[in-house]
Amino acid sequence: MGSTIIVNDLRKHYGQVHAVDGVSFSVEEGEFFGILGPNGAGKTTTLEIVEGLRQADSGTVEVLGERPWPRNHKLLTRIGVQLQATSFFERLTAREQIRTFASLYGTAPKKADEMLATVGLEDKADTPAEKLSGGQAQRLSIACALVHDPDIVFLDEPSAALDPQARRNLWDLLRRLNEGGRTVVLTTHYMDEAESLCDRVAIMDQGRILESGPPAALVRGLDAVTRISLETGTISVAKAAELASPDDVIDDDGVSLTIATRTPAVVLTALAERRLLTGLQVRGATLEDVFLNLTGREYRA
Amino acid sequence: MTAFQSLSRAMLFGYLRDKSALFFSILFPLMFLVLFGGVFTGSGVSKSQVVQVGAVPVLDRAAGELGDVLEIKKSNDLAAAQDEVKKGDSVAVVTQQGDALRLYFSAADQVRAATVQGVFRQIVTQANSVGVPQKYTLATQQAEDDSLEVIQYVTPGLLSWAIAMGAAFGAAATLVTWREKRILRRLRLAPVGTGSIVGARVLVSVVIALIQMAIFLSVASLPFFGLQLADAWWMAIPLIIAGTLTFMAIGMVAGGLAKSAEAAAGISNLIVLPMAFLSGSFIPLDSAPGWLQTLSNVFPLKHLNQGMVDVMVRGQGALTALPELGIVLAFGLVIGLIAVKIFRWDSI
Repeated sequence: MGSTIIVNDLRKHYGQVHAVDGVSFSVEEGEFFGILGPNGAGKTTTLEIVEGLRQADSGTVEVLGERPWPRNHKLLTRIGVQLQATSFFERLTAREQIRTFASLYGTAPKKADEMLATVGLEDKADTPAEKLSGGQAQRLSIACALVHDPDIVFLDEPSAALDPQARRNLWDLLRRLNEGGRTVVLTTHYMDEAESLCDRVAIMDQGRILESGPPAALVRGLDAVTRISLETGTISVAKAAELASPDDVIDDDGVSLTIATRTPAVVLTALAERRLLTGLQVRGATLEDVFLNLTGREYRA
Repeated sequence: MTAFQSLSRAMLFGYLRDKSALFFSILFPLMFLVLFGGVFTGSGVSKSQVVQVGAVPVLDRAAGELGDVLEIKKSNDLAAAQDEVKKGDSVAVVTQQGDALRLYFSAADQVRAATVQGVFRQIVTQANSVGVPQKYTLATQQAEDDSLEVIQYVTPGLLSWAIAMGAAFGAAATLVTWREKRILRRLRLAPVGTGSIVGARVLVSVVIALIQMAIFLSVASLPFFGLQLADAWWMAIPLIIAGTLTFMAIGMVAGGLAKSAEAAAGISNLIVLPMAFLSGSFIPLDSAPGWLQTLSNVFPLKHLNQGMVDVMVRGQGALTALPELGIVLAFGLVIGLIAVKIFRWDSI
């Protein structure tokens, strides 16, 4: 398996702002790769340089063995780019939109209609794109990106501005994208999205990649505490301290009693033996903790 | 379908489904036509008055029968009489030298001009039938005429304005909307040549302009308005295509400068509307001060107007519009180059 995308020491600045400040990463064929970071981290600029929309100040980009800048027709047929939710031709129906995009790639209208069905919009085919809900519009834009069966798909914050239900529905669709060996590159500022979808993520902040790897590995690498919480009154703080290891932190805010521990197995076993599991919640570390650990500040999307 | 075809289709649908675009490019100019053409419709020549310059014995002989059809006015000044025809006060001037009759008529009101010519042909035929061989001859000549019936004047003028506005707005709005909605960016990431995108937009604008023309001419030709097209009216088609290209370029410049679709529409309006007034689209420039007539030459719309009036209603030959066609295209080329220079794919 070769690398589909190789990015090396990419830099791009606008005036004094270093939007991208020495970014290097590579994406393997068939991988679901996420670039995660708060707004303004440089994710979109990085993606746009990789797609070939912008020229980097320095550094190299190779996509499928080709350079994306200047505009490279050979590459354009092999990559798919998702539109922002509103980026449609005015006053065309969903079917007309996707058929128009299909024809730009020489793809038959029949394939376009099939793709519309794949994203579950066949019953919205005659609806003008402007009248689609946020989630439906996003599905249509993904269908438009996939219609020519590209080797790589770029998704720039696909679930931004969607309500939680629509986001979950979209994830189901996104998970199927790299079936069949397609490479997917996604930017997002949602930690849970990256954790749920990506094989590997690069955490980006202030134009740099801080860390990259599979989400689970990044979290495990933290050596963070596990938080076990119970309903207040199930057990007293003093009793809890007896069960826990000496350096565990116990806190009771009047609603929940929380034990932050590095030895969750010991604590949970002790609680279970005493049948003290009322309102039990166990939370491990998340990518947010990884971000906190890397930057020293809370993650704010 | 090729990329060019499908983009053209997408743009045409986008236009046809946009009620406000339809209103402003077709109904709005038609309202002006109704206003100008309908309200001022009676201000042409009131009677079929013919000016007789010098002695015209043939006419005197037939005068008895002519009373109902023509009103004869006698004069001795040919130039003054021709002026009267030019101003539209009389339909024709007739002179006789020996056996040759000469009829100067105005092309402004073609129905009356045709009637008068027919009547005179009949008079000459009758006069000839008395003695054989045929003695009298009739030569007809169009008096160079500046003043046209209102509908004859406003139709080409308003049509030029409508085409200019439609093309400029269409190009500006599409450019800005597509840039703002990032469709341009998306197209840039598809294997589509810039030529296909621009070509599709040009094709759609030209089709829209020709639709505007067809509707305009149909309405103006209704008996109520009474537009009479001259023989070489079809020459208006290449003129309209050239005008569309030029004003699309103006729209592209407006769209390049503007940050929003509203601003683009505003800038196009700011350019096209004053230009329409100063180019004589609404009101003839004949009575305007000399400096204004000179100034008007810097506007492409003036030349489009001029060409359209010449071929559509003044009865000039098709070839006479070629210089104006060339000037309009030259404007288009220069403005087009500026448009290319300031073109931006992206809003950043």
